[in-house]
Amino acid sequence: MSHSVQAAEFLQDAAKSKWHDETLWFVRDKRDKISHTIPEWEELRELASKIKDNVLGNLDTYLEDFERNATKNDIKVHWAKDAQEHNAIVLSILQEKNCKAIVKSKSILTEECHLNPYLEKSGIEVVDTDLGERIVQFLNQPPSHIVLPAIHLKKGEISDLFHEKLHTEKGNEDPTYLTQAARIHLREKFLGAKVAITGVNFGVAETGEFVVCTNEGNADMGVHLADVHIACMGIEKIIPKREHLSVFLRLLARSATGQSITNYTSHFRSPAPGRETHIILVDNGRTAQLGRETFRNSLKCIRCGACMNTCPIYRRSGGFSYESTVPGPIGSILSPGLDLKKYSTLPFASTLCGSCTDVCPVKINIHEQLYAWRQEITKAQGISPKSLSMKLGNGIFKSPLAYKISGTLMRAALKTLPDSLLYNPLNAYGKSRDLPELPKESFKDWYKKNRE
Amino acid sequence: MKPDSLHIALFIPCYVDQFYPKVGIATLELLEKLGCKVSYPQGQTCCGQPMANAGFERNTVGTTRHFIEIFKDYDYVVAPSGSCVLHVKEHTPAIPELEKEQAELHHKVYELTEFITDVLKVERIDGSYPHRVGYHASCHGQRGLRLASSSELNEKPFSKARKLLENLVGLEWIELTRTDECCGFGGTFAVTEEALSIQMGKDRLEDHLVHGAEILTGGDMSCIMHLQGIASRNKQTLQFKHIAEILNEAIS
Amino acid sequence: MSSRSEILGKIKSLKLVEKPLPESPAFAVSPNLEESFVRSILSNKGEIWTIQELEGKIRSGTFSKVYSKVSEFESFSNQELPSDPHEFADLDLAILRGQFGVAENGAIWLEDADLGLRAVPFITEHLAILLDRNQLVGNMHEAYQKVGMAESGFGLFIAGPSKTADIEQSLVIGAHGAKSLLLVLV
Repeated sequence: MSHSVQAAEFLQDAAKSKWHDETLWFVRDKRDKISHTIPEWEELRELASKIKDNVLGNLDTYLEDFERNATKNDIKVHWAKDAQEHNAIVLSILQEKNCKAIVKSKSILTEECHLNPYLEKSGIEVVDTDLGERIVQFLNQPPSHIVLPAIHLKKGEISDLFHEKLHTEKGNEDPTYLTQAARIHLREKFLGAKVAITGVNFGVAETGEFVVCTNEGNADMGVHLADVHIACMGIEKIIPKREHLSVFLRLLARSATGQSITNYTSHFRSPAPGRETHIILVDNGRTAQLGRETFRNSLKCIRCGACMNTCPIYRRSGGFSYESTVPGPIGSILSPGLDLKKYSTLPFASTLCGSCTDVCPVKINIHEQLYAWRQEITKAQGISPKSLSMKLGNGIFKSPLAYKISGTLMRAALKTLPDSLLYNPLNAYGKSRDLPELPKESFKDWYKKNRE
Repeated sequence: MKPDSLHIALFIPCYVDQFYPKVGIATLELLEKLGCKVSYPQGQTCCGQPMANAGFERNTVGTTRHFIEIFKDYDYVVAPSGSCVLHVKEHTPAIPELEKEQAELHHKVYELTEFITDVLKVERIDGSYPHRVGYHASCHGQRGLRLASSSELNEKPFSKARKLLENLVGLEWIELTRTDECCGFGGTFAVTEEALSIQMGKDRLEDHLVHGAEILTGGDMSCIMHLQGIASRNKQTLQFKHIAEILNEAIS
Repeated sequence: MSSRSEILGKIKSLKLVEKPLPESPAFAVSPNLEESFVRSILSNKGEIWTIQELEGKIRSGTFSKVYSKVSEFESFSNQELPSDPHEFADLDLAILRGQFGVAENGAIWLEDADLGLRAVPFITEHLAILLDRNQLVGNMHEAYQKVGMAESGFGLFIAGPSKTADIEQSLVIGAHGAKSLLLVLV
């Protein structure tokens, strides 16, 4: 389904979509306020972007350094070229440990690889431990936002869900009460799991350590109670040196939620005595994106979600309207690289307003890449402006309003506007908007009469 | 600098030419009042923006070549539109054999308010305009041409439009809750994502209305056409004017 | 071909130009580190306690199972560090010493040696951290200078209690980990 159809559906529930818009705007506003307390904010963005430029130009060396240093620290390093291989590696570790139940903290990469259904098919119970992720997991839904996974749900819906799944009191919508119920439920899972899976926020080439950030502490609860820790990391998450963490950590939480840092920032360097740590380095389309010069720096993304919170489209259409693991502006430039056809409408789900680019802590030129993907998509699909307008053209003459002015407008617009803005448009444009009144003469005519 | 020593070409966006000749007239008169020698090259057409934004930049070679040929000999090209200016500067394909002219042109094309503040170096405009005015910053002007500070950036607040409006006697500048959110026009977006476009427009209008705006103005008629269309459909009482109209009225 | 060589080979074949690493300048920090640090902790929903307050609370029986890794509170510690962290599932209070704190965000650095077991600051119901008020740095750049090339197998910044806002963005303290962070500046 196209983004526009999904968006229109989301907007049907006006109260909820308004709430969604206002709630995410509030998060962006918090981000604005806190970033304005850091005088060097723009300098930090520039630094982060340049560090990532260096990483992307030298990724092979950094990955080799990372592997060597991590191995030296007793971390087992695996390489996966795609989602399938990533999932198979995870499963083989679980089988080796004879593990039937795992806890998992937030990892967009494992969502991207569809790890949960894969493991579940092999009879393994996967418990997502981030509260928002647990909620959407109960509903068999993917997260609708990479930082706020259940932002599309109201507390009443969560209350009903917990009543069904966790036997909480019917109708009790108090977030504290519901969170406490989840705490009790998940504690049992933490205490029972032999293997914990986490994502990775940053991998440090210089030391072979990796960093995981959470507010809930769920990644650490899982890892430190389990015998085996499996960390899943996209290869672009590498940074050169430990000291560079300072730049990224100053930007990440402030951009994500408007807080100065996440309450837990854990640096995993080597396993605790008697434990095992594995890290899987995953490509899954990243080297291909690295090869696309125009889109290369989309790989700088640190998954803060700020572009979602600021995007006037995302806020009003919800994360599911994108039908991709990473939604919103950044998802709309990453996803076409994975499947151009499937995600062909995403780069058009934008007004190119540029807010995403200005909010991005690593200065990815998101809106320019949206524009560039549009060019690629029309090329790949072999659409000409003419055929597009035919496809879009749902009969201008069906609308009396359009019919009435079409003669005049057509004459004017034919000279100026492409067909694609002409045919379908008059119907859609005029559906909920009045068309401008046509003046008796154009500026051109006026100029001829008055100035020549 | 003496403005009349320069020959300025008016670049009037196609939809302004067709739907809003009064904006073209106001732009011309305003520049003349500021002492400029202004011509309107007759052969101009659409700059190609709708095509390019729809993914057909490669089909705008002819349009772009024509644009360069029409405007290359002027000292400056001024348009009452941030969006079309941004397009010409950033989204036009390179034209073989006109590379030099094209590069020069990119430095000569200005949006109206930035031309007045940055080239004419007008520090203030004196006049009277006793109205409560809400300013809609078009995204392409705002974040594309940097005509005003962006709310996302940690930078010193500025606005070229505000600088020109704020000295007008009686003008009350309306502070908005979301100072620079997109109105949802977005060219073809207005029709391909019709539902979102309308909702975004309604939300922008609401922000102006709750803060008591009497007139909504801006530097891009495309945004204003869209907002006006929604307001008119919903019988909302708000007037709409391009900033050129306000400045032109205020000076006289 | 292994996936390792395939991935590395693909990257190498792109022959990308290496861009230089930027130098990070020294940024100004708060003139009053303690004041900023306290403000940061409070905004992260941590609490500032005096040593007497903590002692008093423990004496009053608020926490029944207490583990202290710091000598000042040794006499209150009634739990031995187990070899299996699961045995701490009902721990009421852990008292640890932080190495240093960061004024700009309230983050406190701890390593393996400060924790006993890595699970301790998470599994405990409440967490108290003692921190020398002279061990404060301004920002994260200074923090990592201080961490240096430390070779602890695990290190972390704790900046507040476990918290979530996943239900309608309402802040709730005490998601999975410690329900409070009681900071004692000494």
